[in-house]
Amino acid sequence: MALLEVDNLTVHFKTDDGIVKAVDGVSYSVDSGQALGIVGESGSGKSVSSMTVMGLTRFSGNAQISGSIRFDGMDLLRASNEDMRALRGSDISMIFQDPLSSLHPFYRIGDQLTEAVLAHRDIPKARAADRAAEMLDLVGIPDARSRLKSYPHEFSGGMRQRVMIAMGLINDPKLLIADEPTTALDVTVQAQILDLLKRLQEELNTAIVLITHDLGVVAEVTNDIGVMYAGRIVEYADTETIFAAPEHPYTWGLLKSIPRLDSVRGDALIPIPGRPPSLINKPSGCSFHPRCPYVRERHRTIDPTLEPVATGNNHAVACLLPTETRRSLWAQLQEGSTPDEALAAVGPAASGGAS
Amino acid sequence: MLRFIVRRLLWMIVLLLVISFLTFIIFYLLPAADPATLRAGRQPTPELIATLKQTLGLDKPWYVQYWKYLERLIFHFDFGFSYESNVSVRSQIFDRLPATATLAVGGAIVWLIIGVPVGIISAIKRGKAPDRVAMGGALLAISAPVYWLGLVSLYLFSKGIGKIGLFKGQGTYPNTGNVFTDPWGVISSLILPCIVLAASFAAVYARFTRGSLLETMGEDYIRTARAKGLAEHRVVFKHGLRAAITPVVTILGLDLGALLGGAILTETVFNIPGIGRLAFEAIQKSDLPTIQGTVLLAAFFIILLNLVVDVIYGFLDPRVRY
Repeated sequence: MALLEVDNLTVHFKTDDGIVKAVDGVSYSVDSGQALGIVGESGSGKSVSSMTVMGLTRFSGNAQISGSIRFDGMDLLRASNEDMRALRGSDISMIFQDPLSSLHPFYRIGDQLTEAVLAHRDIPKARAADRAAEMLDLVGIPDARSRLKSYPHEFSGGMRQRVMIAMGLINDPKLLIADEPTTALDVTVQAQILDLLKRLQEELNTAIVLITHDLGVVAEVTNDIGVMYAGRIVEYADTETIFAAPEHPYTWGLLKSIPRLDSVRGDALIPIPGRPPSLINKPSGCSFHPRCPYVRERHRTIDPTLEPVATGNNHAVACLLPTETRRSLWAQLQEGSTPDEALAAVGPAASGGAS
Repeated sequence: MLRFIVRRLLWMIVLLLVISFLTFIIFYLLPAADPATLRAGRQPTPELIATLKQTLGLDKPWYVQYWKYLERLIFHFDFGFSYESNVSVRSQIFDRLPATATLAVGGAIVWLIIGVPVGIISAIKRGKAPDRVAMGGALLAISAPVYWLGLVSLYLFSKGIGKIGLFKGQGTYPNTGNVFTDPWGVISSLILPCIVLAASFAAVYARFTRGSLLETMGEDYIRTARAKGLAEHRVVFKHGLRAAITPVVTILGLDLGALLGGAILTETVFNIPGIGRLAFEAIQKSDLPTIQGTVLLAAFFIILLNLVVDVIYGFLDPRVRY
């Protein structure tokens, strides 16, 4: 049985402007020691879904949550507040995007780390401080023992994120949720942090959910990837398949909008046109249709569901285009065509099958 | 840190000089009643007025007067003598400062004890009944002027004339003694004034604390504290309040500084012999030395408390270093 099983999770927020459908029927699972990447633009619901796993959306007061989240045999949506508190920071922990604002500016690093230990274990403060020093050492902070006395503003951005990771792992969690852990950092530091996460995952056998908007970030770390769009997972596959044979036009867009070293010189990056949709008034039919270069008339009314791809192993996609059309389009894109050129090349047969 | 304090103290002297100069200028530019004429009685002869002008030094040009004033102030810490009563301004100020200081500090204690907890409860129960009641009450308290609230409180609660005689009423401040020599006499007479003075401040502090705490509770580090699995009371009181209370310390310093220069309305309603009434009466009687003295005292407290707040900030917020 998987360590974490999220099944048909919906999280809606009641606001004055209407109901924000932040997460709209999301399912995924993570096994012990595995890493899952959740990729999507801001506003795709990726952070909200993991905050809900942590029970942090309970504090917002206006969240309506349904579906189920099972962690290690426990039903997290029905767990009491106290049970969730006991779980947070011990069995499941989370690190956040901006390590400066995520650490309390008025307390020493050592106090913030030992506090995390003492929230879950009844041990002397000195032992907790030992543990804190040990963790700082593990995440690669030199002279860990004396840095316990430092304040967050005395660290660099990368060092702060190491502190956050140390805090996340200090109680040997079974699952670590990393929400955009590298977004606020320099590129060189990003690589260090990702290496660190990967190394710790292997050493400590912690399951990781890595949330990011950047497919480049997850490539090295994750086993599986779920691509989220407008509160749903639109494509799910193992990491290799996502990069080699993606099936969803949105995934293509994400892939084509990241710079690659092996791409042909002069190849332009192709941005995804338009903006992420409003989560209050979602587009009809396929939510991606207003931005999809390959949209057909009936896609405006039919809402696709996540369906397994015939040939793929554990590969599923929510797209209304016929499989063959998708593969031809991706092949064209791989050869360096723009979406319009790809559509023109594949077009005749494709539009023949339309509606 | 020490260099910072010394630099700020030097600035304080410069500021006080500028303020004394401005007070002087304003006094001479604005058409105030001639102090000598006021002093001379009902039917003054021109000779009497001329003599008085000479004794008070008013016959000299203003800059000579100002210079003499500064000389005495700087070398002898002498604020001169009241035009009105010939009493030394310095001794008048020192006589009246204890009453004002006790009133201000007592008021601050009352408004902190009421305002801060009410603000915290309001923030925690945001949008629910306790919050609405507290914020509605705060609006009322802010809207009630001190002179109205003072009279109503006397009518209701003062011994002698009140409906329910709980506290000593107006004019009960002891003629001799201060809070150290006659603590019970002073404190019992100041209970009602302190409460009246504190009412609107308590309301402001409740709203301020509420706003500050609500803002803090939306910070990322609060989310981190929850993600660590801390109990909610620890999240609110250790992580939230610690950061939210810092700006409250700032306004407390400024308010206290302003009040130490005299709480005119409260002192007048309750007939308390404090700095505020001294200043008010001096202005009515064009008593320049007393006006100067009280203005400088008020400015001194405001500047000093500003400095104190900045120094305290250095201890409260580890990011602030001087």
